[in-house]
Amino acid sequence: MSVATAFFYLFSIVTIASAVMVISARNPVHSVLFLILAFVNAAGLFLLTGAEFLAMILVVVYVGAVAVLFLFVVMMLDVDFAELKQGFLQYLPIGMLVGVIVLIELAAMIMLWHVAPVMKLATPTPDNLSNTAAIGQVLYTQYVYLFQAAGFVLLTAMVGAIVLTLQHKPNVRRQVIADQNARTRASAIEVKKVPSRAGV
Amino acid sequence: MAIGLEHYLVVAAVLFTLGVAGIIINRKNIIIILMSVELILLSVNLNLVAFSQQLNDLTGQIFALFILTVAAAEAAIGLAILVTYFRNRGTIAVEDINMMKG
Repeated sequence: MSVATAFFYLFSIVTIASAVMVISARNPVHSVLFLILAFVNAAGLFLLTGAEFLAMILVVVYVGAVAVLFLFVVMMLDVDFAELKQGFLQYLPIGMLVGVIVLIELAAMIMLWHVAPVMKLATPTPDNLSNTAAIGQVLYTQYVYLFQAAGFVLLTAMVGAIVLTLQHKPNVRRQVIADQNARTRASAIEVKKVPSRAGV
Repeated sequence: MAIGLEHYLVVAAVLFTLGVAGIIINRKNIIIILMSVELILLSVNLNLVAFSQQLNDLTGQIFALFILTVAAAEAAIGLAILVTYFRNRGTIAVEDINMMKG
C-alpha cells in the first residue's frame, strides 16, 4: 500500500467519522468543531487529487470564515439545545431509512456510470503549469464573467447580512455626517469679549 | 490498489447521505441543518474535483470554486436570518417557525 493510498483512507475515514459526529453530537459547539475537522480532512482529499488551490481555499474560506461564523452564532445565541435535541431518537429511524435509500441509489449510480465516448473537454488541464496557475489562466479569461458574478453574489450576501443584523438601539448617540458637515463657524463658536481681570 | 475515481465517488456519496440524514434527524435544530447543508455541498465539491482530475479537465475545479462561493454566501445569509429571528422570537426551534401558516 503506497503512502498516497494510506493517506486517502486516513483522510476519508476521518472525514466520514467527523461527518457522523456533526449530525449526532449532543452539543452544537462540538458539531461545529467536527465540521471543521471534516473540512480539513476534505482539504487533504483535495490535495491528494492534485487540486492544491481548492484545498487551500477550503481551509481558508471554510475553516477560517464559515466554520468560525457558525461557532460565533452557536455561542452567541442563548438557546436551550437540550430541548432542540428531544426529537432525535424519534426521527432517527426515518433518517436512517432515507439515508440507506439515498446511499443505495448513489451506489447504483456509481456502479452503472461510464464516461460518454465522444466527450469533449471544456478546458483541458495544461501541462507544465502548477494547479494554481492553471486555474488562474482560465478563471480570469474564459470564466471572467462568472468570476465577476461570484463577486456580486458575495457582495450581496455581505450587504444582506449587515442589513439583517444591524440594529439601532435607542439612547445611543450616532455619528451624523451631514450634521457635522453642515456646521459653520457661526453655529459652532461664540466670541465673547471678556473684560480684563473680570473673568467670564 | 491504486486510488481511482470510484473511491472518491464512494466517499462523496457517503458524505452526501450523512448530510441528507442529518437534515432529517436534526429537524428541530436549524443550526445543525445548516451544517448538514454544508456537508452536502462539500460532498458535491469532492465529486467535482475527483472528476476534474480523472478527466483532466479544469472545469470541475472552477465549478467547485463557485460552489464554495455560493456556500459561503448562503451560510452568511442563513446565520444572519437566524440571529435576527432569535432576536425577535427568542427561539430557533424549527417547529415554532409557522407565522406564515394560514
